[in-house]
Amino acid sequence: MDILKIFLYLLVYPGLLFLFVYSTFVEWIDRKLYAKFQNRMGPMYTGSHGILQPIADFVKLMAKEDIVPDKADKKLFNAVPILALTSVLTAGLLLPVWHFSDAFQSATSFQGDLIVIAYLLALPSFAYFLAGWASASMYSAIGGVRVLTLLFAYEVPMFLAILSPAVMAGSWRMAEIAAYYQANPWYLLINVFAFAVAVVALQAKLERVPFDIPHAETEVVGGAFTEYSGRKLAMFRLLADIQMVVGAGMIAALFLGGFPGGLIPGFIWFVVKTLIVVFILAAMRSVTARLRIDQMVSFSWKWLAPLALLQLVIVIFLKGYLQ
Amino acid sequence: MSTFILPVGPQHPALKEPTSFRFMVDGETVVDADLRLGYNHRGIEKGCEERTYIQDLYLLERVCGICSNVHMTVFAQGVEKLMGIEPPKRGLFIRCLMGELERVHSHLLWLGVAGHEVGFDTFFMYTWRDREIVEDILEMISGNRVNYGMQTFGGVRRDLDEMQIKKALDGIAALKARTPYYLNIGASEPTLVARIAGVGVLPKAKALELNAAGPTTRASGVDFDVRKDDPYAGFGEHIPFNIVTDEGGDVLARVVVRAKELMESYNICEYILKNLPAGDIRVKAPRKVPEGEVVSRAEAQRGECIHYIRSNGTDKPDRVKVRAPTLANWPATLYMLRGGYVADIPIVMAAIDPCLSCTDRMAIITDPKGNEKVWNWETLRQYGIDFYRKRGIKL
Repeated sequence: MDILKIFLYLLVYPGLLFLFVYSTFVEWIDRKLYAKFQNRMGPMYTGSHGILQPIADFVKLMAKEDIVPDKADKKLFNAVPILALTSVLTAGLLLPVWHFSDAFQSATSFQGDLIVIAYLLALPSFAYFLAGWASASMYSAIGGVRVLTLLFAYEVPMFLAILSPAVMAGSWRMAEIAAYYQANPWYLLINVFAFAVAVVALQAKLERVPFDIPHAETEVVGGAFTEYSGRKLAMFRLLADIQMVVGAGMIAALFLGGFPGGLIPGFIWFVVKTLIVVFILAAMRSVTARLRIDQMVSFSWKWLAPLALLQLVIVIFLKGYLQ
Repeated sequence: MSTFILPVGPQHPALKEPTSFRFMVDGETVVDADLRLGYNHRGIEKGCEERTYIQDLYLLERVCGICSNVHMTVFAQGVEKLMGIEPPKRGLFIRCLMGELERVHSHLLWLGVAGHEVGFDTFFMYTWRDREIVEDILEMISGNRVNYGMQTFGGVRRDLDEMQIKKALDGIAALKARTPYYLNIGASEPTLVARIAGVGVLPKAKALELNAAGPTTRASGVDFDVRKDDPYAGFGEHIPFNIVTDEGGDVLARVVVRAKELMESYNICEYILKNLPAGDIRVKAPRKVPEGEVVSRAEAQRGECIHYIRSNGTDKPDRVKVRAPTLANWPATLYMLRGGYVADIPIVMAAIDPCLSCTDRMAIITDPKGNEKVWNWETLRQYGIDFYRKRGIKL
């Protein structure tokens, strides 16, 4: 029975199948929200209100010709999308959506899984850089360098921000952090600055407006993805969607009290809470213009990082006071 | 990263039409910029010499999709001067009205494009939605959304009735209510202002020296506007309006100038619609044009548009030369791009509202040895054939 559970966990929920289906749904929600904010309809034709559009896009890209440039480093060029997709799918397994029990530690829920998920979510950025480097194109090279510059800007505030709830709960295990806040829901309000920083940093990690600097189409065409097409581009697109789900899931687990109640209520909580995060992300990209890379870096070091540090100080003092 | 050349164009997402920039880039900074024109040459000037005046009118309208009416107006004005005919007042007023409506649709379009270039697509969607209002007015008046075909020698081709005037006034009132919102966003939304304030600065002295045109120069504090300085159509003594200038000289100033010009255009349109003189809309024009030459100009949305027309007494012109405002703005653009960031290239380029199909008409090719020569049709054709044969393509 346990073996079956593990297979279900790996392949169905929250493994491959769920992440694929749910990430396309989240992309659809994001596109619909973005369209509503812009006074448009968004996708309408594939499925009811265009709900199948992301899947149709994926299938279309999969069927397209897959071109590898002559001058590209072919092995790296082909390996990078798979590497990046694998890392976010693995990160998805660490989400505490269906924890067998809080006490029992498994391969997907253990002390320190918070660090591992943050690490796995950072890997795609390196993959983008390698993709840009392997493409041997001017636009890709600039895009790749911008990915790294952006990484240095948002990664530290991101880590500092997810540190605060962990310090408050006194654990490095997401399931335990979530359980701590489920027991004391009011404590969630303490982390409001860290939540804001984490959401902004997630937006930057996902490279969406106002932080879509690495693949700003009017400047560097497609950035690191300029030379990618067909299946590999489809993989990159899918991985960005899954990254959004996993990132939103991580933030929901840390800052919004996780997903209590076992399989079915937990699933509903997961959908509701990730959609809250996705709503914020969609609203953010509707009301802003793209920043320049230097503006982004100074913004994260002048505002995001100090804010996250301030939050950390608040949490440490409050924790001392509460004990 | 050392200095390298970043090509923008002939095909690039930031360009809506083909042109070719070569940027010397050091990291994220543009060290030098170079421009190659001529990818969109269509031979319109030569084509004009082989058609009659009335056919040329419609050919020249197709010089540009955005400022089609201006080219038609300028050509019609010039030929009227050669013919020695004076259109009736009502015709002139409708001519002005078309020009202003066209300016409104073009500026709304530009505001959206500027938003898109800095990744602010919501702004783009909003302005383009409101642009539909003015497009509907244009369609109601002329029957078309892009090439209106309204001007003719001796006046305009379609009249307005009471119903149309009322509908147009309603539409303009709606736009008038919406535009301050865009001016507010353009001048105060933090991320947008961060991207356009202090970017692509063109000081007043440079604007004059490099002969920039239109809103680009008015945003640098030069109060030049053909509508005021060399009044044409109904503008002379009849229609009141102000020239909008701004001292900023950067992209932000160009956004502000264009948004304020929208307000001025609404006022002009309202004035014309409310004070439309009675009478005919056109006088009959002769088919043949007496010998002579004329320079005709008008204020297009992008700046001063000039046509030179030389007639030889037949029904076909001897020479037509078109100078679209974009051509005047290129030297200033290169100046603005130097020393900026790679990320600012699209918005600085877009800030002059470039129209490349208006501008491209080169037939001079510089060979590597530096000898300039004019290529005629035969050599050009032979060059093309040889070019493909050398690459193993059978023709």
